[in-house]
Amino acid sequence: MLLGYALRRFGVAAVTLFVAVTLMFVMIRLVPGDPVQILLGPRATPELQARLTAELALDQPLLRQLLIFYGNLLQGNLGVDVFSGRPVTLIVLEQLPHTLRLIFASVLWSVPIGILLGAYAAARPNTLFDRVSAVISVGVVAAPAFVVALLSLLLFSVHLRWFPAIGAGEGFWDQLRHLVLPAFAIGLSWIGYIARIMRASMLEVMGADHIRTLRALGVAERPIVLIYALRVAVLPVVTIIGVGVGFLLSSAVFAEIVFARPGIGKLVIDAITTRNYPIVMGAVLMSTALFVTATTVADLINAMLDPRARAGK
Amino acid sequence: MLDVTRSSPPIASIRGLQVAFCTEDGPVLGVKDVSFDIHPGETLCVVGESGSGKSVSSMSLMRLIDYSGGIIQKGELLFDTGAAAPVDLAQADQALMRQIRGNAISMIFQEPMTALNPVFTIGHQLTIGLKLHKGLNSQDARARALELLQQVRIPEPDRRMTQYPHEMSGGMRQRVVIAMALACEPKLLIADEPTTALDVTVQAEILSLINQLKAETGTAVLFITHDMGVVAQIADRVVVMYRGDKIEEGPVEAIFDAPQQAYTRALLAAVPRLGEMQGTTLPEPMKLVGEAQSTSAPITGTDDVLLKVENLKVRFAVKGGLLRRHVANVHAVEDVSFTINKGQTLSLVGESGCGKSTAGRAIMRLLHPQSGQVILDGQDMMALSKRQLRAARRDVQMIFQDPFASLNPQIQLAEQVAEPLRNFGNRRDPAIMDRVATLFDRVGLPRAFMRRYPHELSGGQRQGVAIARALAPAPKLIVADEAVSALDVSVQAQVLNLMMELQADLGVSFLFISHDMAVVERVSHQVGVMYLGRIVELGPRAAVFENPHHPYTRALMQAVPIADPRKRHLIDSLAFRPIPSPIKPVGHTAEPSQYQQVGPDHWLLTNNHYDAADASQTN
Repeated sequence: MLLGYALRRFGVAAVTLFVAVTLMFVMIRLVPGDPVQILLGPRATPELQARLTAELALDQPLLRQLLIFYGNLLQGNLGVDVFSGRPVTLIVLEQLPHTLRLIFASVLWSVPIGILLGAYAAARPNTLFDRVSAVISVGVVAAPAFVVALLSLLLFSVHLRWFPAIGAGEGFWDQLRHLVLPAFAIGLSWIGYIARIMRASMLEVMGADHIRTLRALGVAERPIVLIYALRVAVLPVVTIIGVGVGFLLSSAVFAEIVFARPGIGKLVIDAITTRNYPIVMGAVLMSTALFVTATTVADLINAMLDPRARAGK
Repeated sequence: MLDVTRSSPPIASIRGLQVAFCTEDGPVLGVKDVSFDIHPGETLCVVGESGSGKSVSSMSLMRLIDYSGGIIQKGELLFDTGAAAPVDLAQADQALMRQIRGNAISMIFQEPMTALNPVFTIGHQLTIGLKLHKGLNSQDARARALELLQQVRIPEPDRRMTQYPHEMSGGMRQRVVIAMALACEPKLLIADEPTTALDVTVQAEILSLINQLKAETGTAVLFITHDMGVVAQIADRVVVMYRGDKIEEGPVEAIFDAPQQAYTRALLAAVPRLGEMQGTTLPEPMKLVGEAQSTSAPITGTDDVLLKVENLKVRFAVKGGLLRRHVANVHAVEDVSFTINKGQTLSLVGESGCGKSTAGRAIMRLLHPQSGQVILDGQDMMALSKRQLRAARRDVQMIFQDPFASLNPQIQLAEQVAEPLRNFGNRRDPAIMDRVATLFDRVGLPRAFMRRYPHELSGGQRQGVAIARALAPAPKLIVADEAVSALDVSVQAQVLNLMMELQADLGVSFLFISHDMAVVERVSHQVGVMYLGRIVELGPRAAVFENPHHPYTRALMQAVPIADPRKRHLIDSLAFRPIPSPIKPVGHTAEPSQYQQVGPDHWLLTNNHYDAADASQTN
């Protein structure tokens, strides 16, 4: 049953990706202004302009451009960088691991803390712990990632010199050290966000009939909270984390700029300022794929945790 | 039997219990001063209406009340653990309580649909208690769990072990909950309204199951219910509670034959008893204790046809697959025909999912019927344009099950009753408020209530407002969909009487939709019994109830718990008969309903699928 669900879910993901990418492709083409002129500058010869137009297939009708684009995409060909002439696929794939590492690290540290904080607060509602955690949660949610990034940069690398300020580092341990501050900066508000959702979900579950059944069976509070209630309460949180990875992606752009880290975010910003359309398209495509993958994985995890989800539609 | 139980010491003894709840307005007493004993091997029923404190007493005995914000202020909860002296559970700490809960005392609850954890298998949940209290390893616990599933008569126990709760029906889930409760062979089983959420035939099965298990295991049963019929069927002794106090206690025969207290007498008088209308042909209001009654004459109505429904079919599409294609149809209402006379009541009765509510909504065109004819007072409802339909709806009004949900919590009651008048008439007509005031008089509510909001009224009063609202545009027909099901029995009786009184005075017709055979017997001129989308038997109330022809009608009547301890008939009804699925593939053509006349106006469905259901007993 899980396999069937997974297949259906992958189908949905493929369709979503197709629609999103097509929309993006069309939107970029609809932006006013001739990209060739912007790329080559006002003093380019007409021959040069014609050559680039043909190269980018801009002289073709939109539908045909789209077909060419998909044809190339299926072969892994996203075009070439207008400046260096290197394949876009290669450039994007070079940068992708940095961003993936950053997002993964942020999720890895913030999600467990957020879930435990929320669950613990919900198990003891209206206690001092609950109230303090509420204040902290709302506080960190309100703090924008770039502000946290700048402040932590000042404090931990300029003042205390605990962590390096810029770059991604070389080798495993060095890279890890470089990862700490950016991951902290963009993960922090996530703790608060997840803790709030987890608390609400957990409070609801702790009042549910099946928890009363467990108490009536003589099960102690700790396993009730940590095993039975948590397994149910975490379900909505999993879905939200899936969607949230998309938002983490936009936070990652800030972190990559503040910490001068390589990555998709930095790549996009640089490409947009130089009107490097193939790169923009490649990077946007990659983030869309990342987003769709994240929500799909979240749904699959949900289906693994919840037998009702895989039985239903 | 009572003599035997009397002589042995009680297994549990509640003495002077007082429980308070902390609210924003200060502490509120849920139970004021309650004492009673439970003896080994007996079934003690605690009966009372909502707010009587019956559940609070049992939750206190389990000390589960601590988790609902309740505080035991006074009293002792003596429980015989087998040690020399009984333990006072009111003083016990939670560590000791955990050893007792699920082990020496266990509990089953009202809502089987939510009582089980949705993400763990039945097998896992059944073994929790066994591992905890009996120290069994996984293998032994599994073996014992299988045994338990057989004990509660669940078919295919092996397969059930790996299923999740959502894959089982309500009756099956309640059996699992009972199996969990019995796992450690408790000395006392507390059953808190265990059958209230179930259909009447499933209720009959669960009640007889509890009875048989009690006989097999010798456990004492503390059974909490609001239903006097259930009490009469299973109790050895009865405790009657009212507003946090014990009103009366005694053997079941004594309570039913010679109730000592006025409240008990009123409660018993308010219970509609199946069969008590025998010998009459027309509905008449109930005779209540201590209620001033204007009319109690039979309601004749007329022979003029008001509503004629012919070959009504309603189907809901089932979507499935990747592209959400239309893969099947739910045949909710299948070829249903009936007529309602002016000033009379026709009841549609059946169990959940039989299509009775859908039929009621379809004749108002609140949902779109597949085909069929609905003619109201000469007007074809199906042929009306949107505009005409709006005007025609003035003639048909509805009363819903939950009066709290059907009234807007933020609008003054007078405005809510005035709404249909404004909707169908002049918005600024100054006479509207006068009309609203007379409507409040009509349903017996003080005019002072006009300026109140729904939360300031009790359930019965709210339903009164809902009835006043339905009456406002002077409809010809009122569709009452389970209109008294959510009410306490004494309130239910008052609301039923009000409806009958209004019918006698105003000549309004009712389409009364209900699952409760006894209530239907009281209010109906005509009865249609529905099963799987079809009316299987249709006729005058007296004919259907006194001479039921269809096996389903008979099964339904047999399953009703009769409020008379001398007529115990539910003890051995364990016949498990799941209702087949009404979902059919696209393109399935259902055969038309064929009826055979078995009496004057008394019709019986001949091509029924009820007996065929026996052969395909799968679930």
